[in-house]
Amino acid sequence: MSIDTAPSAGATALDATSNVGTRRDMLRRLMMTVGPILVALVLAGCILLVVGVDPLAYYGYVLEKGLLSPLGIQQTLTRMAPLLFLAAGLIVAFRAGMWNLGGDGQFLLGAVTAAASAPFFVEIMPAWLALFCAFLAATLVAMIWSLVPALLRAYQGVNEIITTLMMTFLGTSLANVLVKLVFRDPGTTVPQTRTLPVEDRLPRLFDTTITSGLVLGLAAIIIVHLVMTRTAFGLKLRVVGANPRAAVHAGLGVPGLTIAVFAISAGLAGLAGAVDIIGVQGNVRADWNPAYGLAVIPAVFLARMNGFAAIGFVFLLSVLSIGGESAARRLGVPNHFTLVLVSIVLIVLALAEYVDHRYNQSRKA
Amino acid sequence: MTGLLSEVFLSALLFGAVTAAIPLLLAGLGEQMSEKAGVLNIGIEGMMLAGAYLGFVGAFYSGSLWLGFLTGVAGGMAVALVMALLCVRIGLNQIVIGIALTLGLEGLTALLHHFQFSRSYPRLPAPNPTVIPTLADIPVIGPAFFKHHLIVYLAVALVFAMRYLYRRTQLGLNLQAAGDKPAALDVAGIDVVKTRTIAVLSTGALAGLGGAYLANVGAGLFIPFITNGAGFLGIVLAMLARGRPVWVLFGALLFGVCLSLTTAMQVAGINIPTDVIQMLPFLAVMIMLVLFGRRASLPAALGIPYERGAR
Repeated sequence: MSIDTAPSAGATALDATSNVGTRRDMLRRLMMTVGPILVALVLAGCILLVVGVDPLAYYGYVLEKGLLSPLGIQQTLTRMAPLLFLAAGLIVAFRAGMWNLGGDGQFLLGAVTAAASAPFFVEIMPAWLALFCAFLAATLVAMIWSLVPALLRAYQGVNEIITTLMMTFLGTSLANVLVKLVFRDPGTTVPQTRTLPVEDRLPRLFDTTITSGLVLGLAAIIIVHLVMTRTAFGLKLRVVGANPRAAVHAGLGVPGLTIAVFAISAGLAGLAGAVDIIGVQGNVRADWNPAYGLAVIPAVFLARMNGFAAIGFVFLLSVLSIGGESAARRLGVPNHFTLVLVSIVLIVLALAEYVDHRYNQSRKA
Repeated sequence: MTGLLSEVFLSALLFGAVTAAIPLLLAGLGEQMSEKAGVLNIGIEGMMLAGAYLGFVGAFYSGSLWLGFLTGVAGGMAVALVMALLCVRIGLNQIVIGIALTLGLEGLTALLHHFQFSRSYPRLPAPNPTVIPTLADIPVIGPAFFKHHLIVYLAVALVFAMRYLYRRTQLGLNLQAAGDKPAALDVAGIDVVKTRTIAVLSTGALAGLGGAYLANVGAGLFIPFITNGAGFLGIVLAMLARGRPVWVLFGALLFGVCLSLTTAMQVAGINIPTDVIQMLPFLAVMIMLVLFGRRASLPAALGIPYERGAR
């Protein structure tokens, strides 16, 4: 199988279905993922040594709190829910060749909408319907927010990297304005929205603390993957991504598809916000911005926009971030180290893929 | 409202606007150079942070602002070197590496700051302004524009130097070709990888200087995440400017005025949430794009690593 290691700006390989590998291939892929992660851990460990922290103790905590301890793994799986929705949204956009870099703005507006509407809906209708309406509202708001970049790209050809980046700055500020001025809970001194009572939030799975949002997130990313690889609609989007001009000649309604891509992508980002609020947080505090989007973008690329691979990368990100948070508290290393770790992991993974590609090429030649 | 329009207030507002605009200007000019040569440099935020941190460290320990600028430039270039090796030399995905570098430098500078300065938060002494004779005596405009640190005038002069570079020199044409049709440049016997590497390293130098200015002159100290999206604003400016350095200057000033307005409003005690004012520059640009949005003229090969002989 061929892996295109130099994905260009618009390279959204049409052969998405071709990476159904043999067992040996699967094993090699696993090695190519685990090996680089170990290398990255060693490199990041050197930084820990420099600042005078025992890397083994640190990684021990990360592993224990992020993966092995019952509470830790539950937190990790809970953290995955919003990241999976964001990744699903990015897969749609990137496969269609649209650079939706505005995920964080769409996420926050979705979160604020859900936080503002859920307590209101809960009072007037049964809980399941209320949550559904809150999800719907969050999706719609995020979709509407993406309409400006979508229309500008579809009909004016304005580059969506600029517009989505600007809209994300605007969205972050707007979300803050909404929390502080419009939806502020009058009952608290800290500026935040009304808190959704725990019993009205998304149910937890069985006897654990894992949010059922995880199931929704997994469903979302798998559906997105299947739609993009197995349906006519997905093929149309991939054609637009591979070559917009050819898509026009093939008779596809490119402007309409562009708007659809932005709507789906932003809608999923809005859902990510909603699932984090309704499932976990319960309210939005002023200036809350977890900036998940920035870390998910490279993960989706490394997954080659493959939904199943993206689940793996999102899991890795979650383990590192939850484990890093605990380790930071115990060892006095600020949480910022997680950023360094994630960054090194991403770079080494990208490098490993390049080396693998070169190795394959030289074997073929 | 009289307080708002007083001479002192107005000149302070404009002074703040210039101070806020300079890092954006340098980031925008740097990003413009990379983009011209076909490299979408999303790591510029990380380069600015490296520049801000090392710039501050240099200035703090040596006591010399200029040495601080120099270490800032070196910091930005060090990050750019990684970007050039990974994205230009071996052609890894520019968005993955760019974002990874930004995340990594955010974490690394915050980490180093935590272990070094987080107990004392040391500050640098206020920089000595270079007062331009006679011009500085003009009311309002004088104190606003002609009493800055020397580096500010140099940054503005750089705009015109870049204009000259792009229009009148061989290197300028090479850069343009590396972004528009790298194969043609290769056929002409000029090394595409080398040309792009020069562009990315220059971006690192400019972004590093911008970061160092932000920390040393703008704030007088380093705090984690000090750039707060300035690099991304630089990307927006570079794309809006369509390859013209002078437009970057105007754009940076527009954003600078809005940023300065945020501080000024708070000082004047006007009760508008800062979030609303922070939205102004983006709102202004979005409205401009909606009204006058035309097809962006980005380099054809932007974001695509060059591989000789590739189809």
